[in-house]
Amino acid sequence: MSESPNTPKLSVIGGRPVRPDGVDKVTGRALFGADFAVAGQLCGRVLRSPHAHAKIISIDTRKAKALAGVKAVVTGADFPNLKSEVHEGGESSSDLRDLAMNVIAREKALYEGHAVAAVAAISPKIAEEALRLISVTYEALPHVLEVEAAMAADAPILHDHMRTGGVKPAPTTASNVAKRHIFERGDLSQGFADADVTYEGRYTTQAVHQGYIEPHACVAQWGEDGQCDVWCSSQGHFMIRAYCAKILNLPLSDVRVTPLEIGGGFGGKTTVYLEPLALALSRQSGRPVKMVMTRDEVFRATGPTSGAAMTVRLGAKRDGTLTAAKVELKFQAGAFPGSPVGAACMTALACYDVPNFEVLGWDVVTNTPKVAAYRAPGAPIVAFAVESAMDELARQLKIDPIELRLKNAVRDGVIAAYGPKYRNIGYVETLEALKASDHYKAPLGPNQGRGFAVGFWFNIGGESTASVHISEDGGATVTTGSPDIGGSRASMQMMAAETLGLPVERVRAKIADTASIGFSNVTGGSRTTFATGLAVIEACRKIIADATRRAVGTWGVEADKVVWTHGQVELLDGSKPPLTLADLAKESGKTGGPMSAEVALNAQGAGPGFGAHLCDLEVDPETGHVSVVRYTAAQDVGRAIHPAYVEGQIQGGVAQGLGWALNEAYLFDRDGRMENPGFLDYRMPVASDLPMIDTILVEVQNPRHPFGAKGVGETPIVPPLAAAANAVRSATGLRLNDLPLAPPVILAASDLAKAAE
Amino acid sequence: MIHVILPADLPFTGGVTRVEVQAETLKSLMLALEQRFPGLGEHLDRKMAFAVNGEIHQDAWFEPLDDGAEVVVLPKIGGG
Repeated sequence: MSESPNTPKLSVIGGRPVRPDGVDKVTGRALFGADFAVAGQLCGRVLRSPHAHAKIISIDTRKAKALAGVKAVVTGADFPNLKSEVHEGGESSSDLRDLAMNVIAREKALYEGHAVAAVAAISPKIAEEALRLISVTYEALPHVLEVEAAMAADAPILHDHMRTGGVKPAPTTASNVAKRHIFERGDLSQGFADADVTYEGRYTTQAVHQGYIEPHACVAQWGEDGQCDVWCSSQGHFMIRAYCAKILNLPLSDVRVTPLEIGGGFGGKTTVYLEPLALALSRQSGRPVKMVMTRDEVFRATGPTSGAAMTVRLGAKRDGTLTAAKVELKFQAGAFPGSPVGAACMTALACYDVPNFEVLGWDVVTNTPKVAAYRAPGAPIVAFAVESAMDELARQLKIDPIELRLKNAVRDGVIAAYGPKYRNIGYVETLEALKASDHYKAPLGPNQGRGFAVGFWFNIGGESTASVHISEDGGATVTTGSPDIGGSRASMQMMAAETLGLPVERVRAKIADTASIGFSNVTGGSRTTFATGLAVIEACRKIIADATRRAVGTWGVEADKVVWTHGQVELLDGSKPPLTLADLAKESGKTGGPMSAEVALNAQGAGPGFGAHLCDLEVDPETGHVSVVRYTAAQDVGRAIHPAYVEGQIQGGVAQGLGWALNEAYLFDRDGRMENPGFLDYRMPVASDLPMIDTILVEVQNPRHPFGAKGVGETPIVPPLAAAANAVRSATGLRLNDLPLAPPVILAASDLAKAAE
Repeated sequence: MIHVILPADLPFTGGVTRVEVQAETLKSLMLALEQRFPGLGEHLDRKMAFAVNGEIHQDAWFEPLDDGAEVVVLPKIGGG
């Protein structure tokens, strides 16, 4: 909505060209992980623990190895024992020992589905028969699934070596609590003493899966010369290379990873599961090995996000001014430390200018799959709690919920609850845009309610490499090391076309393997359009400088007599026709060789994202079924490079958030085994479940990006959980603090409320 | 002089939350803080980010610091 006065008129940015990967995907030609094949490949399968917690006494693989057609069998004993070492290779830091032990168990199986052995055979049938022939002797141990149960003094301990970090004095006994986080400011007691009203609530959420349609899949080949190849879909093939090399004790230069199309990741494909196993099987068999998870395996063995237990206490003056906030968050990490509770603590109050607060977080291991990043990790969970409490506070104060947020909104110059001073943020503009929408004024029907909630995500920059090659006819190829999970090829094409002054159809964007382009961080953190985009723009600017230099030489004039404009070099005096990129490329062999540029950078200055959502839903009083009838999401997006993709990101985030709110949950039996590891019983929303999700793109530009871009992919999943809960409150009068808001939950709460009347 | 704001629960600092150091870049700021609080430098390098006058920087040793800049230390940020 706001325009920088210095922004030149753009011809490509802001347009909606046809997506470059569209035809391949709708015709089925695109190669996803499970589509890829190599001649002579074997079929790999994984044997998984049936126990939620067990000592592995012995593994006997002799019968499996003797089966005709079996070419390799590996267990934890085939992998090096790594020391604890924090590695900054993936989405964020990971302990390599934990990562390796999650790939394949050693002394203990820590959750149902934990890999304990893997086989490679000439057919799927033989591989599965081989799994049945592996004899594992377990000693079952007591297990613990829920976060607060795992924190109890008498809880079964997962890791005997683990001591709680972040507490003083340092503990001397083992605990399932891996770490304590705290963020605080001001005088909490005084803040609550100054309040005219307070509200306190307790909230729980369940573990939910990212639910990407494409299962994890890879092909790995360990060459006779020790050179390894991996083909897989992931959010970062450099991350796959680093983790495989570390887990198998290889130099990075011996591993090449080639990215394939990715059918959804949402944070869940920022780690390794199959790739090191496939490499180890290939090493033993001398053949390439292909592994594809079933959906059952995806649910049982790959990262969901945390379930959580939370309390929120808010204090405010009668005019709505917040005086104090106290938040406590307990997050499941799964079998190894590393829940997103730290990020949840930092985002908890990021939308609010509150002078006195304490946010306390606990990272807790449980006998469930190790959590993985999920779209704005941690933020939707804590937003459910804080935004539900803010909704009740607005009701107590009889203040419009958007007005209450405006009253306490962070603005430029305000110090964020997580530390820095905000600059160039568009939160108030986003609130105002939603407040002015038709939706906010529209009447509601019978049994309908309207919920409002806000959300925040940091967005990051990071390391990216891009190269730009000008072909002999003046077209351009842009190559990056960033997998395209949300339309980055389109945005790279558009930013290159805009910078070079080319029609977008004359630019192609490709993603190169780890041996063919410089290092790039994973596609995550809503960083790619910003950071990889910066690398692309800088590479294009190098091309422009080179083109200008060649034109100067061609004309034999001084450098200050020419100018680059509209995709060509012009003489200031107009004495000769301009030289286009095509003209210069045609003669490039005579002016210094091919026109090519590469830029590698570590992008800083990503702008944060703020979203404000309105959810209308209808509750069937007979069944408790919830139908979302209207939804509008407003978000500060910096500048929408390709608005259709930005709208798609927002709509996708909302759809996932509504599934989290209304239906999704991991269900376990008494033995800690997942009971709903499939899409029939783990109910994610499908297109027919949702209305058209309307979007409002608010454009408060990021001055650290030439076109003003900010990350957009994660913020939209933050508000929907609370927006839906607040809408149920509005429709039914019931404040439901435990997700999901499934029909039986709503009916039971409704019956209780009626009984109380 | 650079005005540095540290989290209260940062290790090695004994709870000190505000210090002033002379530094020209984030790398020299980490070295200066290491001198003041032995052990802190590596922790900052591996686990923390820096907001320089409100703009967050991660793994950016050579980011220049103007005299009088405010640097807020915060945990590194990832995403999904």
